Amino acid sequence: MKATRRGLLRTAAAAAGSMTFGLPMVARGAAGAVVVVGAGFGGATAARYLKRLDPTLEVTLVERETSIVTCPFSNAVIAGYESLGGITRSLDGLAAAGVKVVRGEALTIDTQARVVLLADNSRIAYDRLVVSPGIDLDFAALPGYGEAASAQMPHAWKAGAQTLLLRRQLESMADGGTFIVAPPANPFRCPPGPYERVSLVASYFKAAKPRSKILVFDAKDAFSKQGLFQAAWESEFPGMIAWVAGKDGGRIESVDAAAMTVKGGFGNQKGDVVNVIPPQRAGAIARAAGLANDNGWCPVDPMTFASTRAPHVHVVGDASIAGAMPKSGSSANAQGKVAAAAILASLAGKEMPPPALFNVCYSLVRPGYGISIADVYQVTRDKGIVPTPNAGGVSVRAPTDLGERKLEAAYAAGWYRNISADIWG
Amino acid sequence: MKGPAMRAMLVLCTVLFAGGAYAQDGPSGQAMAQTCYVCHGPEGRSVEAVPSLMRGQKDFVARQMLEFKADRRPATVMNRIAKGYSDDQIAAIADYLASLK
Repeated sequence: MKATRRGLLRTAAAAAGSMTFGLPMVARGAAGAVVVVGAGFGGATAARYLKRLDPTLEVTLVERETSIVTCPFSNAVIAGYESLGGITRSLDGLAAAGVKVVRGEALTIDTQARVVLLADNSRIAYDRLVVSPGIDLDFAALPGYGEAASAQMPHAWKAGAQTLLLRRQLESMADGGTFIVAPPANPFRCPPGPYERVSLVASYFKAAKPRSKILVFDAKDAFSKQGLFQAAWESEFPGMIAWVAGKDGGRIESVDAAAMTVKGGFGNQKGDVVNVIPPQRAGAIARAAGLANDNGWCPVDPMTFASTRAPHVHVVGDASIAGAMPKSGSSANAQGKVAAAAILASLAGKEMPPPALFNVCYSLVRPGYGISIADVYQVTRDKGIVPTPNAGGVSVRAPTDLGERKLEAAYAAGWYRNISADIWG
Repeated sequence: MKGPAMRAMLVLCTVLFAGGAYAQDGPSGQAMAQTCYVCHGPEGRSVEAVPSLMRGQKDFVARQMLEFKADRRPATVMNRIAKGYSDDQIAAIADYLASLK
């Protein structure tokens, strides 16, 4: 494997050498072995675009699950508007596109030897590596919480069994019950996600259990699309939702899963259903491989998403520190494309292509009521990734005859179908 | 080297240099266009709800983007997005999309 890798690198170097003498055709098809860890939004995008941009490239995608259950639209599953099958994406499309899909758990990376080590003791060598492990929940960060407690108080912040557990609990809850949601401090996966969840559950309650209440105990004093969400809560679900800012005692200090209580500045509060969204950090493999900093996230070169802590490794998606970009599926998609282009340029010995970065996050308040935030980013080595001034931002505050809310609900579904097609096929 | 060979070399150098200079200016039309696919589908071919970018007319995308940018056409999100691009960048995006068949 190693010898093959060096051989491929020599081919790439030769092609790059020819390029210098004005024979750009020779650089086409510069080959190399690229390995991608994680088949979520970031990793699968990188794998697909690497293969699409250079079909001669050997692209291996390592994923521990047989399919991907997406966090986008998992709040709709929790509220009963969508099925888990509807948010599950197969990896067959990537295999059909020529990506070699390896099912296995990557445990760590030897960044000196350029080898990924898997749980079954197999090893996969690489010329370039993309690491897109998403998040791990930092269970130890909240006293009383943990993997065991999440069976009583689901986080549902990784879609799958936890999503269905929270759905079942909400379905079992009696009318007039109290649903507590406890979002974490920044940074975390999907900044508008907790508030979309609150909205969609309120929509379910309004129809099925109208006397119920939702208490949001927030570690933060402000949140994504706050003005739009709070206006919608007032107009669509008056009196149902109370949001408590961190400065007003909303920050949860500990939880007691047996008693179903959370403790904040207000003392103990009991819930009938409690959704604790704990602090997060980069997925385990990124930390095991030394790609994360002391805060648990991975610093990268904003131009290429190359790790600043290990050569020939790129980190994309939620695990990366990406300046003003939120940790979102759309961000990961854009970052995967940037990493793919940078890797192809690097293998061909060419100058790094300037990155194009964009994000859009749709949130549903209820079926037929959508809102969004979008930004086009400017990227420099000095300033990192910053939003373009006088552009982007959130949906209009006062909808017009255009019917913005309804249109954006439809576009949210369209976004999901189209980003899925772009990534998993 | 002289005559046609020299001229060919000069042309080639100019092309390569221009390519390099453009690369330093900002992202390519292709790189920017690829970010559109997140909502508009791979290569701008939408499968649901969001308008497709493949309408056949060469200047369709550029015209719409400039209208959105100037707030001359009502929009939910495209008016916010179009303002993030210069007119040249909009032309580069549209040219790349038009090159896809």
